[in-house]
Amino acid sequence: MNRQDTQSVVLVGVGGQGILLASEIVAQTAMKAGYDVKTNEVHGMAQRGGSVIAQIRYGSQVNSPLVAKGTARVLGALERIEALRYADYLTPGGLVVVNSQAITPVTVSMGAATYPDNAEDMLQDQFENLIYFDAAQKAIELGNIRVANVVLLGVLSTGLDLPAETWRKSIATCVKSTYQELNLKAFEEGRNMAA
Amino acid sequence: MKEGKQRLRQLLSGNEAIARGAYEAGITVAAGYPGTPSTEILENAVLYRDAIYCEWSPNEKVAFEMAAAASCAGARSIVTMKHVGLNVAADPLMTLSYIGVEGGMVICVADDPGMHSSQNEQDTRQYARFAKIPIFEPSDSQEAKDFVKIGITVSETYKTPVILRSTTRISHSRSIVEFEGRQENPKPIGLEKNPPRFVPIPIWGRKMRKKVEERLQQLSQAAAQSPANRIEWRDRQLRIVTSGIAYQYAREVWPDASILKLGFSYPYPNRLIREFADGANSLLVIEELDDILEQHIKALGIACIGRDYFPGIGELSVTVLQESRARLEGKEFCGMSSPKYIDCLPARPPVLCPGCPHRGIFSALGKHDVVVTGDIGCYSLGTFKPLNRMDIILCMGGGISMAHGLDKAGEKKKIVGIVGDSTFFHSGITGLLNIVYNKGCSTIIVVDNRSTAMTGHQEHPGTGLTLMGEKTTAVSIEQIGKACGIERVHTIDPYNVKETQRIIKQELESEKPSLIVSRAVCPLRARRKVGAIRRIENEKCRACGACLKLGCPAIDGSKEKPEINEYLCYGCGLCEQMCPFKAITDTEETTS
Repeated sequence: MNRQDTQSVVLVGVGGQGILLASEIVAQTAMKAGYDVKTNEVHGMAQRGGSVIAQIRYGSQVNSPLVAKGTARVLGALERIEALRYADYLTPGGLVVVNSQAITPVTVSMGAATYPDNAEDMLQDQFENLIYFDAAQKAIELGNIRVANVVLLGVLSTGLDLPAETWRKSIATCVKSTYQELNLKAFEEGRNMAA
Repeated sequence: MKEGKQRLRQLLSGNEAIARGAYEAGITVAAGYPGTPSTEILENAVLYRDAIYCEWSPNEKVAFEMAAAASCAGARSIVTMKHVGLNVAADPLMTLSYIGVEGGMVICVADDPGMHSSQNEQDTRQYARFAKIPIFEPSDSQEAKDFVKIGITVSETYKTPVILRSTTRISHSRSIVEFEGRQENPKPIGLEKNPPRFVPIPIWGRKMRKKVEERLQQLSQAAAQSPANRIEWRDRQLRIVTSGIAYQYAREVWPDASILKLGFSYPYPNRLIREFADGANSLLVIEELDDILEQHIKALGIACIGRDYFPGIGELSVTVLQESRARLEGKEFCGMSSPKYIDCLPARPPVLCPGCPHRGIFSALGKHDVVVTGDIGCYSLGTFKPLNRMDIILCMGGGISMAHGLDKAGEKKKIVGIVGDSTFFHSGITGLLNIVYNKGCSTIIVVDNRSTAMTGHQEHPGTGLTLMGEKTTAVSIEQIGKACGIERVHTIDPYNVKETQRIIKQELESEKPSLIVSRAVCPLRARRKVGAIRRIENEKCRACGACLKLGCPAIDGSKEKPEINEYLCYGCGLCEQMCPFKAITDTEETTS
């Protein structure tokens, strides 16, 4: 892989949804697969329920940790409208995986803004290559809503050229041992859905 | 690689790498005050607690002074802070430059271009020039680690403290770092009895002043030869001078250009700059925030292009530089267009978390027509609607002093000053003292959630625990208030709406200054719900909107009648107390 072949992944959602863990899993997987890796995450104020973005890049030699607009091969969103907010990061035709869960921003709760009721139509219109599903519901069925992020990763992993076994290894190292089995199940669930 | 053995390689954030660098450099003393994006440096340094003494000091000045003294005594030290923290520590910085150090000292300052989590943008490189000390600017995590070690060597060789300037994208980006072993400090520890060396009273200070200038000359030579600075020769037609994270962006946007990459950027390595610029057709200077290098290169008589094409406000990125490149080449650039549906999307600003105890205070203050002077912390979020209960914010501890200023200026409304628990210890106490001493009458509220919450729940003098995890005296805010001379000191539970409202009303009516300590642990820190999850009984709810005035993210007001999201609710019960129709109950009661 040469410099031009650097792969970029963008994960977005709402503070507290587990974006940082998901980002760590992608990065560890790429590193275990032998690539140079850089990631960037938002910490601090934005984490308090705000819109959050994590970026991962891997290849033979990566310079910028930030993904340039229009270059992400994969965009994963843990909240449905957040995919639309960061749509400009995606390369044309790139894979978009969206958790259909809606989290109402406080601006909507207090009536200062409205949450679009046709988000799915917008997503279908915006993205050619979209997988749209209820990852939160899948996670609840698996036993814990908190693994929605890993269900999403399972789907998203099919859009990247990293070996499935490497994904599983990095999930096992990134989560606490008590949650390993649950997270691995969540990953398989996502992976099977995309198949 | 040593003797064919593979070194350990790990994916580290810049902050983790700096902590690793502190370990490898033989640093034994580390101090700081939390501040995004610098906080995780000490949180990771403490993982080496057997080798490094680590502490959260009450503020950056105190942290700086303790580390400075350690290095004057021969120890290797690091002090960490965010950019605005160096303003607090600027006083000792300016004079430590004169006195210098014996053991190496790295002042690690993390800037926040783009103001992701800060109240201003500051370029710490200005401080290096101001204090006449060296500065290092890593471009990734490996360099963040390496530059701590180079910094310690330069610091000991030239007996000067050095600055390591990180930025948000260095501190919070991860990249691969190769580990090495620790180099212990060979120096014996002990402050030499030598007043002309350590006491900058004018007679000796004037001599130190001259030495500082001599040192600058020597350091400029050292910078020109430092491994932290390098020339990457490629196409000699286009040459770029850059530093820090900007290097990474420049390398991607101009893959074929020759680059002078400055990691040891001040004192300016003039010889290297001249060598690089010699015979250049076109020289670009790409730097984040201020145009420091550009102005200096121009002062050397070298023509270059900088601020006219590269923005000085906000952070740079590949996309920003692509736009600059297009303008330089007179081409059209269409890579900055916004997402198609961006205008249809509701904004999602950060908000006070569900169950946040600050909400009780801001909600109660909403009943009064008062001016609220605020402070830096999670409670800054009380500014936003619907709480809308913060009127001015300046800096840490500023809420207390500004309340007094409004009072003395003749503000017609009653004045409430807000301060956090950590920021009370940081720089709030002197303001409180001032109110008593100068006969003010403001109402000061310490929103004490038992931690430095915004930066990720660090300990402080009030929590009873040190950064090293040892139990210690938990300093009482109430007792400090009384010792400052405040007679009216109250402690309240912010989840108790009636009591909170009663005390606030009573103290606003008082002609004397008062201190209200609103005490409830941050539920995120406690990692537990405050109480039972609440629900809204649809048949009793009359959609009056009283609960929505709390601005709680767990209450969805977008439907005909509000609903509580059971996954988000922390069970603080404020909404139950707000509801005039008793429509909000706890789920445990209703399901049993």
